[in-house]
Amino acid sequence: MIQEFKKIWKPGVIGLLWFLVLLWPMTGINSDGTLSFAKPFEIWLGVVAAAVVVMVLYSANKGGVLEPITGPAGALRDRTLTRARQLPLWVWIGLICGVALFYPAIFSSRPAHDLAINVLIYISLGLGLNVVIGLAGMLDLGYIAFYGVGAYCYALLNIHFGIGFWTALPASALFAAIAGCIIGYPTLRMRGDYLAIVTLAFGEIVRLILNNWMQLTNGPNGILGIKPPGIFVPSFEGGFSLEYIYLKKLYLLYYVALLLAVFTMICVYRLNYSRIGRAWEAIREDETAAELMGVNTFLLKLLAYAMGAVFAGMAGAFFSARMKFVSPESFTFLESAMVLCMVVLGGMASIPGIILGATVLVVMQEWFREFETYRMFVFGGAMVVMMLFRPAGLIPAKRMGRRSEEED
Amino acid sequence: MEVFIQQLINALTLGGLYALIALGYTMVYGVIQLINFAHGEFFAAGGYIGVLLLGVMANMGYMETHPWLCLSASLLLTMLYCAFLAMGVERVAYKPLRKQTRLAALISALGMSIFLSNGMMLARGPLDQPYPLQYSSGGFEFGGLITINNLQIVIWVLTATLLIGLNLLVFKTRIGMAMRATAQDKVMSSLVAISSNRIIALTFAIGAGLAAAAGIMVGLYYGSVRYDMGFVPGIKAFAAAVLGGIGNITGAMIGGLIIGAVEVFGAAYISGEYKDVFAFIILIAVLYFKPTGIMGENIDDTRV
Repeated sequence: MIQEFKKIWKPGVIGLLWFLVLLWPMTGINSDGTLSFAKPFEIWLGVVAAAVVVMVLYSANKGGVLEPITGPAGALRDRTLTRARQLPLWVWIGLICGVALFYPAIFSSRPAHDLAINVLIYISLGLGLNVVIGLAGMLDLGYIAFYGVGAYCYALLNIHFGIGFWTALPASALFAAIAGCIIGYPTLRMRGDYLAIVTLAFGEIVRLILNNWMQLTNGPNGILGIKPPGIFVPSFEGGFSLEYIYLKKLYLLYYVALLLAVFTMICVYRLNYSRIGRAWEAIREDETAAELMGVNTFLLKLLAYAMGAVFAGMAGAFFSARMKFVSPESFTFLESAMVLCMVVLGGMASIPGIILGATVLVVMQEWFREFETYRMFVFGGAMVVMMLFRPAGLIPAKRMGRRSEEED
Repeated sequence: MEVFIQQLINALTLGGLYALIALGYTMVYGVIQLINFAHGEFFAAGGYIGVLLLGVMANMGYMETHPWLCLSASLLLTMLYCAFLAMGVERVAYKPLRKQTRLAALISALGMSIFLSNGMMLARGPLDQPYPLQYSSGGFEFGGLITINNLQIVIWVLTATLLIGLNLLVFKTRIGMAMRATAQDKVMSSLVAISSNRIIALTFAIGAGLAAAAGIMVGLYYGSVRYDMGFVPGIKAFAAAVLGGIGNITGAMIGGLIIGAVEVFGAAYISGEYKDVFAFIILIAVLYFKPTGIMGENIDDTRV
């Protein structure tokens, strides 16, 4: 243990001193020009304490001192995992479906329903983004633009033409897909980093248009009074007829969100194991080789964009139907980063991973509501830490290779 | 005509600032082929540290007696601070990922950017931090319609000095030669005893120092700084770097000036609300029609 600690104390100390140099001017100089020392040192000592604990634990683990604890714990974990794997898949799916179906009965409070709806919306978004990032391997930082297109599409159709949710849903998906193709087409010649920054720019353009096109979108004030989804209910008063009622109760909206999320899940799952999904993965692993094997890379990359956009568009339509209000505020870059964070945290190209990632992040946000200002700070840090220590995510996808172009 | 000349003066100022930020992108990209998303945050941190240092000097009473000395001192210290910040960020978030996939490094950079900008928000609050206004007062007036204030002249002189200094550093010194060698081929340059880790850290430091200078100047020019001010100028500066040909230092300077001009003239003659869109459209158009940019040459297919 001592040996291991000797190896890491020097970079640790240098790092902490470096951090102090960076921290002090930012927190120690007051706005009126006076200096304070207590507050920055308080923060710094907290970080030092945390760092020392981590370093001691790390060296103890490396040195084998923690063997009596980690050994049985690891064995226990392995045993639980094997037990869990022995259960057939349908038991798990049945369990999750059961919980999802009876969720409103188990938790009857409004905030719980709100939370669940949020989780489901983000699951749809995350899975849609997964098509672009996880399967086709293209980093899309403007993904939230499609969500915005879908949301505004339903809002405008509903306000101006009185079109219902279920009719507008395919329209929203279609418009988002068209937007995906428009954005995808010029970016398809690019790879990797360029693609990321161009999609980011596109996302910002869409937001600016939503913000500034006053006649169409009412600008930053947003659109109010969007109708929730409705369903036809058979009515037997005075002969058989179908009555159209709006789903105003939150738990009914929950089921609509669940429907949407399950639809997205099934679609993404089926896409993943179809010829198209295989082709996307081939493009992700090695675009040149895929093209040589006869994969139409141009069309398939465009399709990946469009498919990702379709799911975002539908989620967006539901979002505006549920909030009954849309404004450009909801479609900022940070929202894109948030969805990306879910995908990265859960594991790219892994459907259970993304469901877990979306759930964890949304629930965490809710629990730590009083620390809301720390939210993006923590998420940003988490993204870096995940990339450093577990780049494949919490539940890694089964098949994930490395792109050959990057091996040099 | 007067309006045009006035806008030209504004464009030159803004373009110089974009060029300073763009250099950091282009240098880092040239050396390790990574878009440093956190670069805009170095710029914002520069703005913050600059105003804080100026505040300290005002509190000590030096501002009234030696205003320009105070500005130069805080400029130097801020550049140093941001260089330290960039080296720390590089060591923590990018260096361990150099062997990983490019997507991993990119996501890490993005996370770092969010982390830093929100860290600044936590440290200094979400509100605008006002800059002292005394530097922008005074200047020259031509024909009563065209004005050049002192600050604009300072920005021009500073930008020109830094750009010339950087050019001398990169093209005339041994360190610059080592940087160019690392950018061309890391393995070969390490064979001739160039420590690529040190060169990469140095590149980050220089780029961040230039961005920090731009941060102070933007703060003085617009009168305030904010924690999220690095985001949009960051993308625009990246657009400038791409326009000039990424990896090319002269190109970044020209690209910055063009982006500045497009933004100022677009806002003046087309639409003020969409002024941010023009730079983005240029970015997309350049990547679509000429991904190598104006001056770009050393880009092979895989990088685009």
